Amino acid sequence: MASEPVIVARNLTKRFGAFTAVDNISFEVMPGEIFGFLGANGAGKTTAMKMLSGLLSPTTGEARVAGYDVFTQAESIKSRIGYMSQRFSLYEDMTAWENIRFYGGIYGLRMDAIRDKAAQLLGRLGMEHVRDSRIGALPLGWKQKLAFSVALLHNPAIVFLDEPTGGVDPLTRRQFWELIYEAAASGVTIFITTHYMDEAEYCGRVSIMVDGRIEALDTPGGLKQAFDAQSMDEVFVRLARGAQYAE
Amino acid sequence: MSAVQAEALRKTFGNVTAVEDLSFAIEHGELFGCIGPDGAGKTTLFRMLTSLLVPDAGSATVMGCDTVRDYKQLRRRIGYMPGRFSLYQDLTIEENLAFFASIFGTTVEKNYEMIADIYRQIEPFKKRRAGQLSGGMKQKLALSCALIHKPDILFLDEPTTGVDAVSRREFWEMLRRLKEGGMTIVVSTPYMDEAGKCDRIALMQKGHILGIDTPDNITGSYARPLLDMRGADVYRLILALREFPHTHSVFAFGESVHYTDSRSSADPEALAVFLRSRGFANITIEPIRASVEDSFMELLEQHDG
Repeated sequence: MASEPVIVARNLTKRFGAFTAVDNISFEVMPGEIFGFLGANGAGKTTAMKMLSGLLSPTTGEARVAGYDVFTQAESIKSRIGYMSQRFSLYEDMTAWENIRFYGGIYGLRMDAIRDKAAQLLGRLGMEHVRDSRIGALPLGWKQKLAFSVALLHNPAIVFLDEPTGGVDPLTRRQFWELIYEAAASGVTIFITTHYMDEAEYCGRVSIMVDGRIEALDTPGGLKQAFDAQSMDEVFVRLARGAQYAE
Repeated sequence: MSAVQAEALRKTFGNVTAVEDLSFAIEHGELFGCIGPDGAGKTTLFRMLTSLLVPDAGSATVMGCDTVRDYKQLRRRIGYMPGRFSLYQDLTIEENLAFFASIFGTTVEKNYEMIADIYRQIEPFKKRRAGQLSGGMKQKLALSCALIHKPDILFLDEPTTGVDAVSRREFWEMLRRLKEGGMTIVVSTPYMDEAGKCDRIALMQKGHILGIDTPDNITGSYARPLLDMRGADVYRLILALREFPHTHSVFAFGESVHYTDSRSSADPEALAVFLRSRGFANITIEPIRASVEDSFMELLEQHDG
């Protein structure tokens, strides 16, 4: 079983009343791919991500994530994915270790495994000395790196990153991307949204949503060529300018 | 007198010094950017300059008004758009605007011309509640509300954070037109690529100003030799370059890699040979001028020691 896609979406659609938030999208993502999921505010990214992570049932279409069906096996999907966003990551009032223990427990890891994982993870990040510090007291960049590692605690097939680097300084942003590359190189699929257009260049492939549809999907190089653009910023602006509605 | 004059401003929360002894001036008619990540002290600085927070030490004047002593006078002369969406979600667009006009003792009709350029874009939806607006429309309404009393100076705290690239461009376009109309604008942002739209910028981190100047002077004073490298597999390229003996820093920059040398000049030939020995073919190497982001990262490193 060399390379089966880890995400398959076919004509996936979500309607809220008369409003079609996600309109017939189809795509595949391969294991270990860094897949950029771009779009203007309100283009339908969040709705699509919720369907793919088993949090929201699609109206029509089909999708399989990590081998499980989004309609009938949503709970199994949740156990095979990690999630992290700028807004929600770790509990501020708990220490680094308490957060790791908590998430490890949720994902059903045994206590000795959680302990091993915690030591490994804090060691790799050079954060052993803050094991017992409250998350709220840590710099944002540290929190984000820790949150990413915690999202990988249960060896998920895919990790969904929703604007993970917002508000982070440029050095930390790059250190964060090195963690992403490292995870991808080890086979984890990265599904990421961002408003930083330079980060779109770091993705293997990028899809751009406009008004609920995927208007473009290719490597950054391919997109720039297709739209005769110098940068991903230009590609994005050209596509998103044509949007009928936003948010 | 400058539009804004700060002398050794300081604010501490518990054991965190959010703003540490900042002194600077902003001139009339300037579009001035405070650039830095979360935790840089941008919001605390803005709150002190708008009289919403009293500094622990130091002082500041805005349009000649002392931010503590003359706060009542000052508040009539400034427009402030806080970072978090500050409009009333249950009021419609026109109700929000009328409300902000009335607390400043004026009316929308009287000052319509002040906001016309921006407000016209959302006026067709004026019966819609603020809570149901898109990010871009909220921005336009919040800016209209901050302008409706004809302030002399605008403070905009991260107006483009979390906003997509298209809406961000449009917002900066609006600021440019306001500036052309003579408005003094102080704006903060975490996006380094927005620095170029400002007349002058202050690069901020952890309560300090790392550098303050025009974007051109900031990038022009970048002292290290800087090379732009392009090739397939950026991640592997970064890891390999870190092993080159004269590497000072290596960072991904969009589709390329920015390399700085620890010596006073770089040696692209030697780098090319080194990379070929590591199995990299077809790497292009080109000396480039630093961007604001390169400068910020270099200043961060110097500052952190």
